Amino acid sequence: MIREFGTGDIVYLVFAARWTLALTALAFTGGACVGLILAVLRISSLAPLRIMASLYIQIVQGTPLLVWLFLFYFGLSIAGLPVNAWTAAAFAYSIYGGAFLGEIWRGALIAVAPTQWEAGASLGLTYLQQMRYIIMPQAVRIATPPTIGFMVQLIKNTSLAATIGFVELTREGQLTSASTYKPFAVYITVACIYFLICFPLTQWSRRLEDRFNVAR
Amino acid sequence: MKYGLQFRDVFAAWEFLLDGLLLTLALSVATMVFGFFLGLACACASTYGGSKFKQGVAVYIETIRNTPLLVQIFLLYFGLPSLGVRLEGFDAALIALVINLGAYSTEIIRAGLQAIPKSQIEAGQSLGLTPWQIFRYIIVFPAIKAMYPALSSQFILLMLATSVVSQISVQDLFHVGSIIQSRTFRDFEVYTVIGGIYLALAFMMRGVFAVIYRQVFAR
Repeated sequence: MIREFGTGDIVYLVFAARWTLALTALAFTGGACVGLILAVLRISSLAPLRIMASLYIQIVQGTPLLVWLFLFYFGLSIAGLPVNAWTAAAFAYSIYGGAFLGEIWRGALIAVAPTQWEAGASLGLTYLQQMRYIIMPQAVRIATPPTIGFMVQLIKNTSLAATIGFVELTREGQLTSASTYKPFAVYITVACIYFLICFPLTQWSRRLEDRFNVAR
Repeated sequence: MKYGLQFRDVFAAWEFLLDGLLLTLALSVATMVFGFFLGLACACASTYGGSKFKQGVAVYIETIRNTPLLVQIFLLYFGLPSLGVRLEGFDAALIALVINLGAYSTEIIRAGLQAIPKSQIEAGQSLGLTPWQIFRYIIVFPAIKAMYPALSSQFILLMLATSVVSQISVQDLFHVGSIIQSRTFRDFEVYTVIGGIYLALAFMMRGVFAVIYRQVFAR
């Protein structure tokens, strides 16, 4: 039966956005863990570690996210794990997010002048202490605007999880569109909700970047 | 029970995969050409066209950059028919991708244009160059050269993003993959092969862009 597209549907779509946000949070957490390891490996003094991390980033940045989603969605059953859109999405987005965050954070780490490391060493700090007290605080400042920028990418890319049946904003849009037969109104609403989530973040990232450029 | 990977059924469909690959290539190349010129036009309008153009371009960029490509494609393919505009899958995909890439290219090219010092333009004027010559040799050429790395990685990301058009049944490489999967049930193998082909394509594009750079800019 075809229903009308009314306020109830809009409210429903807005509520579906919480799954988009939940998936983003999951993807960011997973991606941050992978990315942090990659960034540190990329600036390691051991060539094999650097090459391995770089290979990982090349491969993930050279394949579509959709492929990763489907590989995990179907691959889980081969590995003997239950097939579940949440698990597949968690793996795929961690792999994908890690590659991009790793590259962003590596850039931030090498943007800190090498003399800072040397200064730390001459004070008798260990590698971990130099990292924790001298390099990280400076690198975090540099990395914040592009990291927020990537978060926007991530929010938009969670829409691809709709293709493996993960019910978030876009999938909810597809379902609403099928039952109301008002695709234009539905997808405009969906786009508006994404915009309302992403636009403030984009602006924030830009403001931080401007402030950082002035400070430098 | 142990699962053995079997690629034979997937490779048996190589002609079908080739069709998909060619469509992905055609869609990517067409999007790059149109998207680049759309970006160039918008970047020029925004930089030299006064505040009306500047605002218009800003609205365009922000709208596109803050909404997912998948939703943009759905809006064009499923949404427009209710306004009386019916597009073929390929056309809807191409238009959506061009509009999308245009927004990102505008942002990149604009940064390049703004980095051209005014004194360069004045130098061109004092040499008696025509406005068109100044635009071509002093503004656009160096701006694109400076932004070449950013543009080419955006183009590679775009090529990978074309996989999304499979969701409106355009028979690109990814969609061909899902069809082979539904025929053979070799899902993991299919997507491994598809992923490998995209990876090869991405490396190939990087090579081609490096050659273009050497041919056009490194003189």
